[in-house]
Amino acid sequence: MNYVLEIKNLTKKFGNFTAVDSVSFNVEDGGFFSILGGSGCGKTTLLRMISGFEEETAGDLLIRGESMKGIPPERRPVNIVFQNLALFPMMNVEKNVAFGLQRQRLPKSEIQSRVNEMLERVGLVGFEKKKVTELSGGQRQRVAIARSLVLKPEILLLDEPLGALDRKLREHMKVELKVLQKEIGTTFIYITHDQSEALVMSDTVAVMNEGRFEQIDTPKCLYKNPETSFVAGFVGESNEFDIASYVNGKLTTSKGCVLAKQKLDFQPKKLFIRPEAFILNPAADLSGIERIEMQVKSILFDGSNTKIAAIIKSGHQEVLISLPQNAQFEDLREGDDILVGVHQDDLKCYKD
Amino acid sequence: MKKSNSTFYLLITPVLLWLLALIVIPHLDMLFRSFRFETDDGSWVFSLNNYLAFFEDKIYWLTFVQTALYSIGVTILAFVVTFPVAFFLTKVVGKRYSSFMTLLLLIPIWIGELVTVYGWMILLRDNGVINSFLLKIGVINSPIEMLFTNFSMTIGLLYISMLFMIVPMMSALESMDDSLIEAASDLGASKWTIFRQIVIPYTTPGIVSGGIIVFMLVIGDYVAPNILGGKSSLWFTEQIYNKFLASFNWSEGAAFGFLLLLLSSCIVWVALKLSGQKLDKVGS
Repeated sequence: MNYVLEIKNLTKKFGNFTAVDSVSFNVEDGGFFSILGGSGCGKTTLLRMISGFEEETAGDLLIRGESMKGIPPERRPVNIVFQNLALFPMMNVEKNVAFGLQRQRLPKSEIQSRVNEMLERVGLVGFEKKKVTELSGGQRQRVAIARSLVLKPEILLLDEPLGALDRKLREHMKVELKVLQKEIGTTFIYITHDQSEALVMSDTVAVMNEGRFEQIDTPKCLYKNPETSFVAGFVGESNEFDIASYVNGKLTTSKGCVLAKQKLDFQPKKLFIRPEAFILNPAADLSGIERIEMQVKSILFDGSNTKIAAIIKSGHQEVLISLPQNAQFEDLREGDDILVGVHQDDLKCYKD
Repeated sequence: MKKSNSTFYLLITPVLLWLLALIVIPHLDMLFRSFRFETDDGSWVFSLNNYLAFFEDKIYWLTFVQTALYSIGVTILAFVVTFPVAFFLTKVVGKRYSSFMTLLLLIPIWIGELVTVYGWMILLRDNGVINSFLLKIGVINSPIEMLFTNFSMTIGLLYISMLFMIVPMMSALESMDDSLIEAASDLGASKWTIFRQIVIPYTTPGIVSGGIIVFMLVIGDYVAPNILGGKSSLWFTEQIYNKFLASFNWSEGAAFGFLLLLLSSCIVWVALKLSGQKLDKVGS
């Protein structure tokens, strides 16, 4: 297989604390690979091991089939875009981008042409002589990416580079980064705690928790079929229920709500239902649907992302339900009784 | 508005008083004095004779140039000696220990210049600690003459001034994000290149402001050249001292003082130009 990066049982311990716990995975050439996890899950440590700033406690990592053990950061064919970008404040845009090429002692004319080509690619023509402190957030971002990409690395590592941007710009940069990656074809490994960034941009997403990978999958599969309760709770919004018992194909939540669920070969402890899995006022002839009586507690208006907070009548548990912003439910008010359906396949059960 | 105005004047008064009483008035007094000359019949006239006296005797010139060169040399030495220490304290050792270690560094200042200079005499003299040690292990047969030479004077000047270099340099280094070093290393820079192209340019304001303090302290120092220096270790402050207190020629002393002020200002100006720094930026 054509893997640009192979990670084999990579482990990093800081004293007694295991930051990265025997992680193994492969990254395909030319893909956009994201590692998604909360703070302290070990994703930054993993990235720093790939870039060479941290030495692994055990395991191995290969880039293009070559082991990187003991090879310092300056000699690895990977480059990193830092969280705070780490642009050199005493140099202008052009010098920042040329810095890496100058280290390779390339002829001046080649450096100049490659820098110009890269600045054109990221849309910074005309900014060559500007100080990096004079640039906007998005422009600084592009300088940081250009500075790394100009070296034509095998892998570009990105450590939450969009974190410091405001929301609007972040949405814009997400799309821009994805387009740039497709154009250039360099493998991107992107670290983030923001699931929307990971889902929108990536070909493959690895969800990381407590130093381990919970699931490696395409964004769509990750969302549709979470393999573990952590992934179900972490990726996307979900209503979480504790399951008290499962007998004769009936789930009983800890609050007393009973739902039918066929074909479970294990004893479930947790149940997850996505807000958009709920169907408001399901037609009477729909089959395979569990019907739950609820009362609207409040309507949380948020444009296309509007939700209802509703109480399950039999279980006194609050759930969030997506509310489509069309005329159908326009007259829904707080305190109204509603009938809510959910397909059995959308009841995601987990052992732990 | 009126209230904040009166608060402003209240706060600025001590500063103005300080500047006026302790800096402006004494300097003006000295400036007038430096242009006053006592004629043979005992009357005072305006004259440039005091300044001319400096150019007439070769020894003054020699001292002047030597003081300037040694001050520049000590400043450069102070940078070379203290930069690794500042780098270690800010970038290598953890925050917890660095403040404690910085405190330890400042201990020599608590003791006072005169005492530390006598300490160096004990170390450097013919039967002092260093010579006795070298004799004992058999490296040398007779004591090396270290005390009362330009060498001992340089050591003394360096020792009393170099700590003033560390503090501004440390604050410059502290404000530098470690990720800059990592980014440079990631882009393929060697340790030497990182030092030359990233760390030094970033900390230049701190180095220059530390350098100015050290240079000013050294060029105006009296104790170390006088006590540790030898016959050839002439220092311009000694000439000024002699004018005032040995030959009681206050006018010439004042003129020499102003020449020293002019000299040090010129050198600082050149240093700022060479390093591309602005005085207000370095001062902050």
